[in-house]
Amino acid sequence: MPRLFCLFPLPSAKQPRSVLRQRLLAAVLLLLSLGHVSVMAQQRLLPLDKVQSGLAFTGPEILELQADDFANPALPYLDKGAKLWSQGAGKADKSCESCHGDSNSSMKGVATRYPAIDKASKKLYNLEDRIRNCRTKQQKASDWALESDELLAVSLYVTSASNGMPVQANIEGKAKSHFENGQKIFMTRQGQLNMACTQCHDQRYGIKLYTDKLSQGQPNAYPAYRIEWQRLASLERRLRFCYNGVRAEIPAWGHGVMRDISLYLMWRAQGLNIEVPSVRK
Amino acid sequence: MTAARLQVPARIVEGDVFKLRLLVQHPMDSGFLRNLEGVLVKRNVIRHLQCIFHSKEVFRVEPTTGTAANPLFEFYLRATTSGELYFRWVDDKGYIGELRHNLVVIPANQSTAPKT
Repeated sequence: MPRLFCLFPLPSAKQPRSVLRQRLLAAVLLLLSLGHVSVMAQQRLLPLDKVQSGLAFTGPEILELQADDFANPALPYLDKGAKLWSQGAGKADKSCESCHGDSNSSMKGVATRYPAIDKASKKLYNLEDRIRNCRTKQQKASDWALESDELLAVSLYVTSASNGMPVQANIEGKAKSHFENGQKIFMTRQGQLNMACTQCHDQRYGIKLYTDKLSQGQPNAYPAYRIEWQRLASLERRLRFCYNGVRAEIPAWGHGVMRDISLYLMWRAQGLNIEVPSVRK
Repeated sequence: MTAARLQVPARIVEGDVFKLRLLVQHPMDSGFLRNLEGVLVKRNVIRHLQCIFHSKEVFRVEPTTGTAANPLFEFYLRATTSGELYFRWVDDKGYIGELRHNLVVIPANQSTAPKT
C-alpha cells in the first residue's frame, strides 16, 4: 500500500480538477492491467530463442548413439512401426495404410500438432490416443495397451514422418482450457519435495542434478528410447517419472492431466524440430 | 519377437580386416526388475550367441544379466573368400534367433582399390 500512495498520493482539496482526473485515469489503468494477470502469465518464461532440445543437455555418448544409423536402439521400433502400418488388423481387416496411404506423405506434420482436440469426443488426444481410437473404431481390432511395443512403434513411425519439422501446438478454441490447466500444473508446487516443473526446467536447466544436467523438459523427441528403461517410452511415462521425482501423487494412466501438460509443453517448445528416433538417458 | 540387424562394410577385399556390428532386439530381462504393474519379471537373457562362417565358429559370446537390453555386438573378421555368415542365439526361454548374411569378398587380383 505505501507504494500505491507514493504513486497516487491522496488528492488534497487544493489540487485542480484536471490533475485529479488524470490521476484517477492512471489508477483505473493500473487496476485494469492488474486484472490481466492471466494474459501476462501466457508470456513465455522460456523465451523462444532460448528453447533447446534435450540433446543439448545429454552427454556425447547419447549424441553419438542417436546419430548412429545402425546402433540407435530406437530403430528396431521404427521398423516394427512401418510393418504394423501396412499390416491389416481387426474385423475390418484394414491397415493404417489402406485409409491413410503412405505415412511419409499423409502423416507429414501431424505429430507437430498433437495433443489436439478430438472432434467426436471433444477430448484432448495425444498421438497415442488417436492411434488407439483409430484401431478400435476404424479397424475394429483389439485395443493396444498404453506403453505397449506396438502402440509406441506406430506412434514413433507416425512421428518420424514429421522429422525435422517445427512443433506447432494449437492452444486456441476448445484446447485453451486444457492449455491453461497444463500451464497451471507446470507452475504449481507439488509432491513431498514441494517443487514445480518450472523451478527445474525454466529456472535451472543446464545445472547438474546428481550426474546429469537438467534439461528444459522439451517434448519434441518423444516417443524416445530411454537408456534407463531400456525401451521406447512415451512422453506420458516420462512425465510420470517427473511426478515420481518430486514424490507427487501420480495420475492414473491415460489421465487428461498428462495431455494438458503435454499441450503446454508443446506450446512451450514452439519452433523446436521433431527429432526421432531419439535416445535419452 | 526378436529381430536383429547386421552391419558390414559395403566393399570387402580379400585379406581385409573389417568390423561387424550385430544389434539384437531382446529385452534382456535381468530377473531383478519389476514391470509397470510392480510384478517381478522373470530372467530372460541371451545365453549364447555365436557366428559361424564356413562351418567354423568365428565369434562366440555368453552374455549375462549385466548386459543391457537390445545388445550391440561388435567384432572384427578377416575374410579371404565369400560365404554365408550365420548368427545364432539362444535365450533363457529357449527361443532360438537366427540371422544369415551373404558376405561378398572381392578377390585381391580383381580389386582396383589402392593398397594401404
